[in-house]
Amino acid sequence: MQGEAQRLQLPNTEHRGHSYFYLSLRRLSRKKLAMTCLVIIVIMYGSGVFAPLVAPHGYNDQDLSIVKERPSLTHPLGTDRLGRDMLSRVMYSLRTTVIITVTSLVTGALIIGVSLGLIAGYFGKLADGIIMRVGEVTSAFPDIFLVLIIVATVKPRILQWVRGFEDATGIDWIIRLGIVDYTVISLALAAFSWFGMARLVRGQVLQARENQYVEAARAMGSSTGRILGRHLLPNVISPVIVSVSAGLGAVAGAEVVLSWLGIGIQPPTPSLGVMIFENGNISVLRSDPHLTLVPSSVLVLLLFTFSLLGDGLNDAFNPRAR
Amino acid sequence: MATYIARRLLWVPVLLVMVSFITFALGRFGPGDPVQILLGQNFREDAYERIRKQQGLDDNIAVQYARYVGNALRGDFGESYQYRGRSVTALLKNKIWISAQLNFAALLISITLGIAAGLFAALKQGSWWDSAMVAFTLVGQSMHVFLTIPIALLIFSLKLQWLPTHGWDGFFSTSIILPALVLGIPGVAIVTRLTRASTLDVIGQDYIRTARAKGLPERLVRVRHILRNSLIPVVTTLGFSLAGLASGSFIVELYFGIPGVGLLTIESLFSRDYPIIMAVTLLGTTLFVLANLIVDLVYPVLDPRIRLGGDYVAG
Repeated sequence: MQGEAQRLQLPNTEHRGHSYFYLSLRRLSRKKLAMTCLVIIVIMYGSGVFAPLVAPHGYNDQDLSIVKERPSLTHPLGTDRLGRDMLSRVMYSLRTTVIITVTSLVTGALIIGVSLGLIAGYFGKLADGIIMRVGEVTSAFPDIFLVLIIVATVKPRILQWVRGFEDATGIDWIIRLGIVDYTVISLALAAFSWFGMARLVRGQVLQARENQYVEAARAMGSSTGRILGRHLLPNVISPVIVSVSAGLGAVAGAEVVLSWLGIGIQPPTPSLGVMIFENGNISVLRSDPHLTLVPSSVLVLLLFTFSLLGDGLNDAFNPRAR
Repeated sequence: MATYIARRLLWVPVLLVMVSFITFALGRFGPGDPVQILLGQNFREDAYERIRKQQGLDDNIAVQYARYVGNALRGDFGESYQYRGRSVTALLKNKIWISAQLNFAALLISITLGIAAGLFAALKQGSWWDSAMVAFTLVGQSMHVFLTIPIALLIFSLKLQWLPTHGWDGFFSTSIILPALVLGIPGVAIVTRLTRASTLDVIGQDYIRTARAKGLPERLVRVRHILRNSLIPVVTTLGFSLAGLASGSFIVELYFGIPGVGLLTIESLFSRDYPIIMAVTLLGTTLFVLANLIVDLVYPVLDPRIRLGGDYVAG
């Protein structure tokens, strides 16, 4: 066995006991398509995170003398109807995408979803029943309808409270920086995405908890927290990684739809949805199609790379599941 | 099996009650006063009070909810706030018919184009046609309507001027072509992928070799033996995607100004038209839950390795 492994892939004998995780990552690194997607995603997310540093202009810098310009050297993707640089706006929009996807996925899928899935799968009975029933109710809403209702009803209320708070304390940057928008939308999307993850983890745990190493850990007197965190979690993590990649695309798309409808991110905070809406009418399309096509293409590129990366991750982490 | 189905079916009304209560509570929690919207410019203090009382908006939320459910069970979903004097049921009936037509057209496009492309790709396996089709299925599934709509409009409406940019004139008109096309493209990709995979599976079977060996013309082999058998998994999967398709259509309806359920829902969301929001949510949830139930029941028929029952009721 060991000799075979050596002959096949391990020229360096000092690294014999590779973890499953390491091997999966190496399988992934050999997939050209998936790696290309990963690089594109890293570039897009990087330009979002570092938008203030790398964007050539501010997202709201208007120059009415150069409205609706075609792509040029100073404005690689042209300018919009207020003379704002499209490239910079796309970069800042990607920052919105980064914030929304990361926060809602970390809170919804990773923290809430994984821990509730662990609890439901390990303890079973009452905890399992409650968690799964609540999840079924939230997932019974068709598509992103629940998010739509939550954002449309809850956000104005919260804005009202925050405005009162700002008036009372003299702080004026909470609404201006779009923090309320980000928080409400992330949380609403988290409410929408946690159950898929919880169900996945629960299924994995149901299998994993019957293993002898769990029994052994229990026999040695490990605490429940230790069994969950040290023994079960690492063994259920690979499907979680695969589903995160798929989930990121769905969350990014949902945010764009919400902002396009006008109940998501509010201008002037840039978002791909806002950009698609602002430049989406037929007269803009007739005279300056690039204004519509740029943000839409970025969105599709994002969804496309996430979906291909997801396929690649699936092949790498579940090599036998074909 | 029977116990399992019974348990699942009993769970449906419970889900509906919870979903409707959440929507109801969120609606009441939201901003805006429906009576103010209703009155608009004719706002007068006494009229406001009278209508609030008339609609029972001053009662406790539990009382209001109970009254709503009582009426809903009798098929009365109340009266729309924004369209005065029109019952929600009558309003929706019209809109559902329009949305159903649009979705049906999209489904038709997905099926015909998808099956043709998938079959073609599988029969030409290994050729550049096949590779192109596989590439299309990968790209097509991520094709968001936000990109396909402007491209389709640019080509067919603005450049070629063949099709109208928006509007709705019924099923048999040119105005349905673009919306149905953009709505159907992701479906085309999915059906192509499914058909290709199942056809490749069928082509390798022994009975295909037998059919060829006994001297059947190639055309008959393809139609009678390959096509027929490769469509079984495709058709069953298609039934499931119906529910998913309907929910994606609201963007298309908004973009093209098609007066369907999607447009009505968004309108109602903005004007706080609770009765309509409630009715749409209930309707959508019922369809969605039933579709999931059917999927769960049909899967074991397709794949006997999946066992029903088990220890919990799946969503």
